Amino acid sequence: MTTVTPFVGTPRSRVDGRAKVTGAARYAAEFDAPDLAHGWVVSSAVARGRIARIDTDAAMAMPGVLKIFTHENRPRTAWFDYKHRDQTAPPGHPFRPLYSDTILHSGQPIALVVAETLDIARDAASLVRVLYETEEHATDLAARRDTAYVPPKKRSGIKPPPKPRGDAPGAFTSAPVQVRQESRVPAEYHNPMEPHAATVVWKGKDGIVVHDKTQGAQNSQSYIASVFGLSPSKVQVVAPFVGGAFGSGLRPQYQVFLAVMAALELERSVRVSLTRDQMFTFGHRPETLQIVTLGAGRDGKLVSVQHDAVAETSRLEDYQEVVVNWSGLLYRCDNVALTYRLAQLDVSTPCDMRAPGATIGVFALEIAMDELAHATGIDPVELRLRNHTDRDQNEDKPFTSKELRACYAKGAERFGWSKRKPAPRSMREGSELVGYGFATGVWEAMMMKSSARATLTPDGRLTVATATADIGTGTYTILTQIAADALGVPMEKVTTLIGDSSLPTSPIEGGSWAAASSGAAVDAACRSVRDALIGLARGLEDSPLANIDPDRVTVRDGRVFLTADPDQGLAIDAVMAASGVDKIELEETVLPDPKTMLTHAAYTHSAVFAEVRVDEELGIVRVTRVVNAVAAGRILNPKTARSQILGGVVMGIGMALEEEALHDHKLGRVMNHNFAEYHIPVNADVPDIDVLFVEEHDDKVSPLGVKGLGEIGIVGTAAAIANAIFHATGKRVNDLPITVDKLLDEA
Amino acid sequence: MNRFGYTRAGSVAEAIQAFAAHPDARFIAGGTNLVDLMKYDVETPDHLVDITRLPLDQVEDGTDGALRVGALVGNADLAYDRRVQERFPLLASALLAGASPQLRNMATTGGNLLQRTRCHYFYDPATPCNKREPGTGCPAIQGVNRNHAILGTSERCIATHPSDLCVALAALEATVLVTGPNGDRRIPFAEFHRLPDDRPEIDTTLAPGELITAVEIPAADFGAHHTYLKLRDRHSYAFALVSVAAGLAMDGGRIVRARLALGGVAHKPWRDPAAEALLSGQPATDDSFRKAADHLLSGAVPRSGNGFKIALARRAIVRALRQAAAGTPQSQTDKRIQ
Ligand SMILES: Cc1cc2nc3c(=O)[nH]c(=O)nc-3n(C[C@H](O)[C@H](O)[C@H](O)COP(=O)(O)OP(=O)(O)OC[C@H]3O[C@@H](n4cnc5c(N)ncnc54)[C@H](O)[C@@H]3O)c2cc1C
Ligand code: SF4
Repeated sequence: MTTVTPFVGTPRSRVDGRAKVTGAARYAAEFDAPDLAHGWVVSSAVARGRIARIDTDAAMAMPGVLKIFTHENRPRTAWFDYKHRDQTAPPGHPFRPLYSDTILHSGQPIALVVAETLDIARDAASLVRVLYETEEHATDLAARRDTAYVPPKKRSGIKPPPKPRGDAPGAFTSAPVQVRQESRVPAEYHNPMEPHAATVVWKGKDGIVVHDKTQGAQNSQSYIASVFGLSPSKVQVVAPFVGGAFGSGLRPQYQVFLAVMAALELERSVRVSLTRDQMFTFGHRPETLQIVTLGAGRDGKLVSVQHDAVAETSRLEDYQEVVVNWSGLLYRCDNVALTYRLAQLDVSTPCDMRAPGATIGVFALEIAMDELAHATGIDPVELRLRNHTDRDQNEDKPFTSKELRACYAKGAERFGWSKRKPAPRSMREGSELVGYGFATGVWEAMMMKSSARATLTPDGRLTVATATADIGTGTYTILTQIAADALGVPMEKVTTLIGDSSLPTSPIEGGSWAAASSGAAVDAACRSVRDALIGLARGLEDSPLANIDPDRVTVRDGRVFLTADPDQGLAIDAVMAASGVDKIELEETVLPDPKTMLTHAAYTHSAVFAEVRVDEELGIVRVTRVVNAVAAGRILNPKTARSQILGGVVMGIGMALEEEALHDHKLGRVMNHNFAEYHIPVNADVPDIDVLFVEEHDDKVSPLGVKGLGEIGIVGTAAAIANAIFHATGKRVNDLPITVDKLLDEA
Repeated sequence: MNRFGYTRAGSVAEAIQAFAAHPDARFIAGGTNLVDLMKYDVETPDHLVDITRLPLDQVEDGTDGALRVGALVGNADLAYDRRVQERFPLLASALLAGASPQLRNMATTGGNLLQRTRCHYFYDPATPCNKREPGTGCPAIQGVNRNHAILGTSERCIATHPSDLCVALAALEATVLVTGPNGDRRIPFAEFHRLPDDRPEIDTTLAPGELITAVEIPAADFGAHHTYLKLRDRHSYAFALVSVAAGLAMDGGRIVRARLALGGVAHKPWRDPAAEALLSGQPATDDSFRKAADHLLSGAVPRSGNGFKIALARRAIVRALRQAAAGTPQSQTDKRIQ
């Protein structure tokens, strides 16, 4: 493992913070272009059927309307499905906007009105008349549960459930303690603050520059080039700032397709922004129905684990995520059977949403574990300790590191878990029942192939560049810290460039792998530049460093010098001038270690403790405290790291108590498609959140020992709250969100 | 959103005139509801008459301790007015239970009275809705109706009136002062909003073109014996599932007179003088409270998703009356229910 100091590991404010709060940071819909035209999307009112007639005459007649694109007049795009598939696409037929008269889900884009101004486009859009021929649709997962199937083709990067081990059903039958929990997580929509938008700048024969809301500029670029048959050299995607995404920006969404289509056809710059309502018309966390069955001895030791999940997908694609595997991974058990199936609904294809799969699957497992603790009378934390495992039994591998027990201990201590009285309904204060709940969290620690470029100029300024994105997670800041340390310069001397498809190749920003991957690439590139600089210094005639062993040389504060005798050295500009170079620029590519990947399993862990207060009579819940203790390898920046966990916990509170897309199954439509009605937590819902990082040394997971933090914060939170509500009230509510109606006793 | 004309009215007469000059005009005050509805193509006025410059933004003392609140007084300004805080704390509390600080800064008294329902279907022109397009049907009755009405509904519409302020004004027996092409009128609060019956598209008894100029609130004599208890799906910035405005005139442990209004349960703030009469002369006990609650809710009809509101409302009424009797009104900042 490489060690870098002194910026890495210290709390640093975001380097892009000022730009963000002053408005200098530009988002996809904020880029301007000469002669910019504006598009407004018309969405389907029905869930399934076909467009019998689409009448655009009245809208076209409005002065200022340039063109109305529909399936009847859309330009041709690539014929084959694979041309429409992006890096993260699940198996199936990717959705093609305006492809035909077929309606596949409510809210599907069916026309794009392009006009001289946004107001004209919007006004005209309201005049487009559509006659539908509807067909019977299905949006109710429970009603379609019996149609569930095992997806025939696996989604790349998503491990299917492992084969059963031992005899889980048999071991369950003979287990002294048996627990069975059915649960439901509803569809949730990401709803980042910034709605999806794309501004396409038309550059004539030079092609197009696309400002898209995306977590992967290069993924967007290759999608656009492939779908529209353009040379990749004519498409540049520039997305330096992303106003949150949570996974909704992993796949190129329909706004970018429509904006590019219109720009190419009109040979003009075009912007398309979606409304908040339209943010409910594409990817979402899939509604998932689960059954977890646990068999254990009276000592709480698991003898059987069975976990079945049925998740929604669309008619087009078999969207998959890892939901059930966690149940074979997290605790020691020799008899395990895990099944994961899909049921098709007339909805848009779900997509990854913060800790996809784990958020759902670990919820189901951890409420079942809580029930097991209750059934055996064993303290919930003690129960986890008794079932602790140091091996990934799904793949029969050791972990690169796993400080989960330290999370339990430190978290419990900070929370004051020992004050918990075991029996449900045994703690109260005034009219409120008090509950303490606990759950484990787990998420993959991944590293991906990634490249970066570093450029050092004589003024001692360092520029690092890689195509990754900063979706609000702090990527700019940690890359700046890493670069500054590698060349011994202050952070102010480092410029970090990301979010641009023309920069060195980097994976999409998702899966919590950006810090480990892009961080390592930036580190490697900077170290190469440093080595090259030392090489130049050693090669100079009369140099005090001539032929000195490079290991005895330090680069810091704009100088190259002998570590043992700092006076013996040269300024960077002097080295470069004397060597006749005006910059040192090098690119490096890093890869995960293939051997470690085969021999080890890498995961991030957490222990989440929650306190709730429930008004006994009225069933109103308040979350009053959350402690989240996280083991995530090396923490590059405790400040931005803490923010990631805070955000995850807040989202977990929303998942537990508020978030749900309410469907009208007769209309096949999400009805609460705005922020007044689709609830996410507000300040009044969010208590003190205490985040701790436990020491975890890991020299295998990634070159910098980093595991990533974007997702672990949400995993376990909803279960901890649900378990706390059980402890407070004696009621086990497994149908999220836990709203007042589900807690009210029968009157 | 369609194109529309715009007039900024300098006087009440000018506003009435400008309204009458266009076939489909609307007054616009804070715009926090109207503009949203225009963005959704639910409201498609051909002309907006901006009334924000009219001299109707004062809170004035009336006779006998009454308060006269101009139609353009902002919700936040009203909530923090010294006289309101001291003499009508129930009103202040209800205002602060509503919306968010930003919205309360923009929203006006008149606009709050005339805000439309939050029924999901009403806001979504891709769906049928009798209130938005008479005769198209009411999908809420068998659809998403978790937050719909349990009292006073019709088979045409089960929407609620979402205001918090209005629940307090109902309990305080306010009067709405209006003016219009046919002169001035005073409308008792109980008669201002109407039930949906077979005309759910009409929310109130205000005639087209009439302008609210003020709301008059008679002196209240509850002392500390009042409360506004709002139950909702999150602790702020959410409409009421059920809310209760209660005011009690007490004599020791006995109730002399009671006012009780419910929000979130009907097309208008729900009051029943008979339920209030049941409390007069009774000891302030849960038993008395429950009887009043049962009476107030006796006509409640559950739909597919909102049956829980009946039990919730019953308990909320009892709790609110307990708070009022004890003189410990619900805090709107501490989210613990007292
Ligand atoms: C997200 C959100 C959450 C909210 N939460 C709550 C809540 O919890 N509780 C609550 O009570 N409210 C809530 N509100 C509603 C808010 O209180 C109303 O939107 C506001 O009071 C309306 O006032 P306004 O001045 O902005 O009205 P406008 O939007 O300007 O007008 C509303 C209607 O009243 C008419 N009008 C306005 N003034 C007059 C007048 N003087 N005479 C005749 N007609 C007039 C207009 O023509 C229009 O039809 C919420 C609103 C939003 C958007
Ligand atoms: S309840 Fe009323 S507002 Fe809602 S859909 Fe039915 S008619 Fe429309």
